[in-house]
Amino acid sequence: MKKSKKEITPDFFSNQKKGVDIKGKLVVGITQVAVLLIIAILFVILGIIVYEGRERFSWEFISSFPTDGMTKGGIFPALIGTFILVVVMSIAAVPFGTITAIYLTEYAKENSKIAAAVRFSVRTLAVVPSIIFGLFGLGFFIQFLGAGIDKTFNGGELHWGQPNILWASLTMSLLTLPVIIVSVEEALKTIPRELREASLALGATKWQTIKNVVLPGSVSGIMTGTILAVSRGAGEVAPILFTGAAYYLATLPESLSDQFMNLGYHIYIMSTQSSDVEKTMPIQFATTLVLLILTLSLNLVAVIIRSRIRRKAK
Amino acid sequence: MKDIKIEVKDLCLYYGEKKALKEISLEIPRNKVTALIGPSGCGKSTFLRCINRMNDLIPDVKITGQMLVEGVDIYDKNVDVVNIRKKIGMVFQKSNPFPKSIYENVAYGPKINGIKDKTQLDEIVETSLRQAAIWEEVKDRLGDSAMGLSGGQQQRLCIARTLAVSPDIILMDEPASALDPISTSKIEELVQELKEQYTIIIVTHNMQQAARTSDYTAFFYLGELIEIGKTNGIFTKPEQKQTEDYITGRFG
Repeated sequence: MKKSKKEITPDFFSNQKKGVDIKGKLVVGITQVAVLLIIAILFVILGIIVYEGRERFSWEFISSFPTDGMTKGGIFPALIGTFILVVVMSIAAVPFGTITAIYLTEYAKENSKIAAAVRFSVRTLAVVPSIIFGLFGLGFFIQFLGAGIDKTFNGGELHWGQPNILWASLTMSLLTLPVIIVSVEEALKTIPRELREASLALGATKWQTIKNVVLPGSVSGIMTGTILAVSRGAGEVAPILFTGAAYYLATLPESLSDQFMNLGYHIYIMSTQSSDVEKTMPIQFATTLVLLILTLSLNLVAVIIRSRIRRKAK
Repeated sequence: MKDIKIEVKDLCLYYGEKKALKEISLEIPRNKVTALIGPSGCGKSTFLRCINRMNDLIPDVKITGQMLVEGVDIYDKNVDVVNIRKKIGMVFQKSNPFPKSIYENVAYGPKINGIKDKTQLDEIVETSLRQAAIWEEVKDRLGDSAMGLSGGQQQRLCIARTLAVSPDIILMDEPASALDPISTSKIEELVQELKEQYTIIIVTHNMQQAARTSDYTAFFYLGELIEIGKTNGIFTKPEQKQTEDYITGRFG
């Protein structure tokens, strides 16, 4: 009897027959190297910062003002300034971004031209270099809006028409808006159609359905967007360069119309504008360390909140 | 003469260019169970979703003809779709409780209708859960998440949730198709009890289920209503050849 070609012999499943699968091993090898490289880079960066910054890093460094022409002392005002910046930025950007995302996913028709235009704008906004935002903030918020307010309400006296926390925060919120819109949009899309239908079938209006079913289910997504925006906002310098960050301030900002110090800007100043860059090196590293700890812990807090919400939802 | 709850006249539904329902005309009697049967894709679920205007949600759907509920055309411009859905409840194929507590699931409908009084809400929740024959199983854990219930319990919770808005008509889209036999028989018993107070329309794939639970049966095929009549008659002496073929399992 002739053997059929497709018959499975015992050694069909054996991997020794064809020798070593070089191609397969190569692909696995390359991916492993790539992964290791990324981890290595991360650890080298973190390692250097921690190693170099540990010397100056202390509670006193965090909690005191700079002294002696910023060659000594701490970074307290820069820390507070950064904190206020991201808070005001979030207050502006999160609701705005969320509302935009709700419009895009819930209300806009599938082939709506307006929605397409908004999506295109959001995508474009996301790739605009951050320095452009800084220039826009200077031109729009300070010279147009701020100066306009001064002209109309303050009789031309300079108050809002100059760099301050508010304008810097709003500029930063424009930069982080796409991040928020995209992550909220993604979160809204994960709410299954069945749940929306369940709500609508009970006689809920569209808005009631969004408010009671869609948004509560998207809280973690909104949170994620906010976190990403905050850690981005805490690290960016270019947008606040002309819109509110100050070289040195002897006091903390007291109102939104005050200027502020900022961690990222402080590092930039120390490493480029300082009278003795070598001398301030430890301060630079320590400031970088603080900035890193700040953004990492912000992320951590948000991750914890997120997992709590998830557990609660279950 | 029988008491008519819903009267459908020449109803057609188009998905874009495609005509998915063809000139459907039928009458659905009050406080009876009407089963819609037919092979997959025959339009029975689509028809069901016309009754509470759920198809409004799908883009590119066009509907012509009349759907008269208590003599009112629900597709009339002056009719508010939200009110329609309050009067015509729906239970879906896949149980879809909200990721909230059992209590909140049932209280959802009354709450959006503006009932805020806690005692009143408690009362509605209890009555609805009792009606849906699930009260005894959940009364001690109303605060627990509905997602922790079994599939059959979830489906009865969804029925309770529908009852809580006190509809006249309940639409059921293959409510037991994803459930085990015991849960299925519970749902079927429930349907029998509910028809005392509600007009029920149930889509089912399961011929035995249609025979067991319904008073009237409508057979759909390729978007057309082939035959409607007393369930007894349809299953013993169908008038149309196609109905007979389907019921006897020759196709479908």
